[in-house]
Amino acid sequence: MSENIKQNYLNHPKGLMSWLLTLDHKRIGLMYLVSGILFFFLGGLLALVMRMELAAPGNDFISNDTYNNVYTLHGAIMIFLFIIPAIPGALGNILLPLMVGAKDVAFPRLNLASFYIYSFGALFAMYTIINGGVDTGWTFYTPYSTQSTSNVVPMTLGIFIIGFSSILTGLNFIATVHKMRIPGLTWYKLPLFVWALYGTSLVQITATPVLAITMVLLMLERFLGIGIFDPALGGDPVLYQHFFWFYSHPAVYIMILPAFGIISEIIPVHSRKKIWGYKFIAYSTLSIAFIGFLVWGHHMFTSGQSVFSQIVFSFITYFVGIPTGVKIFSWILTMYKGQVSFTPPMLYALSFLFLFTIGGLTGIFLGAVALDIHLHDTYFVVAHFHYVMQGGTIVAFLGGLHHWWPKSFGVMYNQTIAKICAFGVFLGFNGTFFPQFLLGLRGMPRRYATYSEEFVELHSYSTFWSGILGISIFIAIMNLFWSFIKKNKVDPGSNPWGGMTLEWTHTSSPPHPHNFEEEPVLEHGPYDYDKVIVEKTYK
Amino acid sequence: MLDRLTEFFFPKQVSTFASDIDNLYFFIFYSSVALFFIVVFGMVYLAVKYRHKKGEELKLTSSKDHSNLLESLFFIIPLILVSITFVWGIRSYLKMVIVPDDAIEIKVTGQSWFWTFDYPDGGTTLNELVVPSNQPIKLVLSSKDVLHSFFIPVMRSKMDALPNRYNVMWFDATQEGVYDIFCTEYCGTGHSQMGAKVIVMKPAQYEEWANELGSDDDSIPLDELGAKLYTKKACNTCHTLDGSSLVGPSYLQTSQMWGQERVFDDGTSTVIDENYIRSSILEPQTQIVAGYQSVMPTYQGLLNDRELDALIAFLKSLNEDSQI
Repeated sequence: MSENIKQNYLNHPKGLMSWLLTLDHKRIGLMYLVSGILFFFLGGLLALVMRMELAAPGNDFISNDTYNNVYTLHGAIMIFLFIIPAIPGALGNILLPLMVGAKDVAFPRLNLASFYIYSFGALFAMYTIINGGVDTGWTFYTPYSTQSTSNVVPMTLGIFIIGFSSILTGLNFIATVHKMRIPGLTWYKLPLFVWALYGTSLVQITATPVLAITMVLLMLERFLGIGIFDPALGGDPVLYQHFFWFYSHPAVYIMILPAFGIISEIIPVHSRKKIWGYKFIAYSTLSIAFIGFLVWGHHMFTSGQSVFSQIVFSFITYFVGIPTGVKIFSWILTMYKGQVSFTPPMLYALSFLFLFTIGGLTGIFLGAVALDIHLHDTYFVVAHFHYVMQGGTIVAFLGGLHHWWPKSFGVMYNQTIAKICAFGVFLGFNGTFFPQFLLGLRGMPRRYATYSEEFVELHSYSTFWSGILGISIFIAIMNLFWSFIKKNKVDPGSNPWGGMTLEWTHTSSPPHPHNFEEEPVLEHGPYDYDKVIVEKTYK
Repeated sequence: MLDRLTEFFFPKQVSTFASDIDNLYFFIFYSSVALFFIVVFGMVYLAVKYRHKKGEELKLTSSKDHSNLLESLFFIIPLILVSITFVWGIRSYLKMVIVPDDAIEIKVTGQSWFWTFDYPDGGTTLNELVVPSNQPIKLVLSSKDVLHSFFIPVMRSKMDALPNRYNVMWFDATQEGVYDIFCTEYCGTGHSQMGAKVIVMKPAQYEEWANELGSDDDSIPLDELGAKLYTKKACNTCHTLDGSSLVGPSYLQTSQMWGQERVFDDGTSTVIDENYIRSSILEPQTQIVAGYQSVMPTYQGLLNDRELDALIAFLKSLNEDSQI
């Protein structure tokens, strides 16, 4: 045992090739994590450049054209290179097989292929930046994107390629959940993070092909002049919007469902309490994934679609809101009669509940057609989706990283710094994005490089706090990686938060190269804090 | 109180349906604040009350994980609130799409990066939509190039302008004044500058204005007319008067180079004179000044000969002014 426990997936086998050609889901997950975080920093830097330009009206920092490139790349990098691939790719890869008691994912070679396809697609995106950028917005609306002389083709090609990585990872995860669970680990005993990844994967394999088709049609139009979306060639630009949002609305759930999963793990563990409404959370994950396919038209309330379509899309949109609301209440009630510890992951989870609630509620404003007409394409929308994507997904991702860091890598970060950063992210985020709701209500359109005097105060306020937000996130992540350099190792058998799922109870930290020394035997459910006392062990 | 809150959140209410939309906003706002308060209060209360106190031993915790009463409440209360929101949202929306029969119809054309307005009795304006108050106005929108979107915050109304079909929006302005119009669908370099104004006049004043439309400007000196046209025809979106370059070269720079060679992006050059300015306005795509993009639309049909003369005179006058 003692000989074996020194051996873990990070130190065995050794050598560069053993990493580049690894079939180990944990190593692949780590590679996703590192590349995802690099893109996160790049996207974040671009965001700060935008905020600098917007600190005052006029083009005092960068020109209109530069601004248009910067905001396009910020959106495209954050969505296609960081959030969509990196959260399932990093945390999902590392944890899914461990949580179901498997040796690896169902198709390890396919998993490695996914990573390389993602990297290959990312190269195209990087080429776009070196070659002068792209200025269409991450939405690539036609006919602007058919006419733009910027690098639309390399960027859309990159997104097309990354889509396959997304589809293959989804396929792999679905097969893993169905086929690789240990005996006795029935569906209702699965950790909710597994349910969330399962729901995410279903959306990935069903929605992503539509994005791929759309990107192919866009390229056909540019290269061969086939009129599909460009009216000059007999096409229809609104058709493009339908195609695009038929993928991109479900993509919102690809981004947020894993976050729901992370929160469903963090809250019960750090509250030492059985999760409230397990089955409801599990099923609502699937129903949100399904209903998410039927609401794309709410992105097009001002495009001139028929009144009937407007009514139907508004109606269905609210059906996503209600199960999501009940989920929030379930997470909060989980703390009832528990033993809540204010650890860094828990602070991020509480921060998620606060921010995501605002993100969700402001979605209700936008779902009301009459009000959306005023708010459409203004900063209200910008604030709303940042509350969902950053306040929701990225805050949950940071929480997840802090939660599983000692497990995944066998090192512990400085918890005091981590807590200060969690506060910094919370304050900086609200300071940056809350004023943007007001900007939008007062009529400030989005994607503007400059603006009129009346908006100065709110914009400069937003810029000030974005600095705090940027610094907090940077230090939070550096604090994590610093624990590697400092070699602040935890005991291989440690379970610092007292987690009950298999990755905490049945394998070492960091895990054994084959995950478990012998096939784990399930002793209790994932959140049975009412039946078993799991000690918190650290060092 | 509500008035002051409305002023805090929104621009002025100028259309007939604006107050209805703001009221819908406040309904959702107060409901959301209530729900948000419940969430945050519940979260903080439970987290603090059940915190793991120092020295307290880890114990088996409660197995309570559902409550039919609470869950029904969490389901039913939001359901009622969103049902009201949905119905209200649709009812107000119908007011915004059903155009009254007696509406005056104005054709709105978006083009990178200005708006053109064609009035029912002939006459055209650029970047200035002039309308009478207390009279329904129907706008028929389209675009000459990429997508644009026509947004009048004080009217609470917005609609995309598409290149291949007509979209309709309408409003009935209740107060005279000059208000902002923004383009809200991203359209490239000049998107942030693609603003216009809506000028709401008293009906009598509008009549007078409409009668004079197209016939005025004959009596004023050429360079003064040119100065008016410079803003009226949206030249100022892309060309400055202070020498700094925006999307296109500054008028001042061109004026100061009068009689000198100008180099184009294909390596050719020409002397800056009246003919060069005229062809730059009417056929802007033929000669692109080195360092700039070929993005200017043609003004063929948008300016008559006297107006062209006026712009040329205005441009020439800039250099003289700067030397004084």
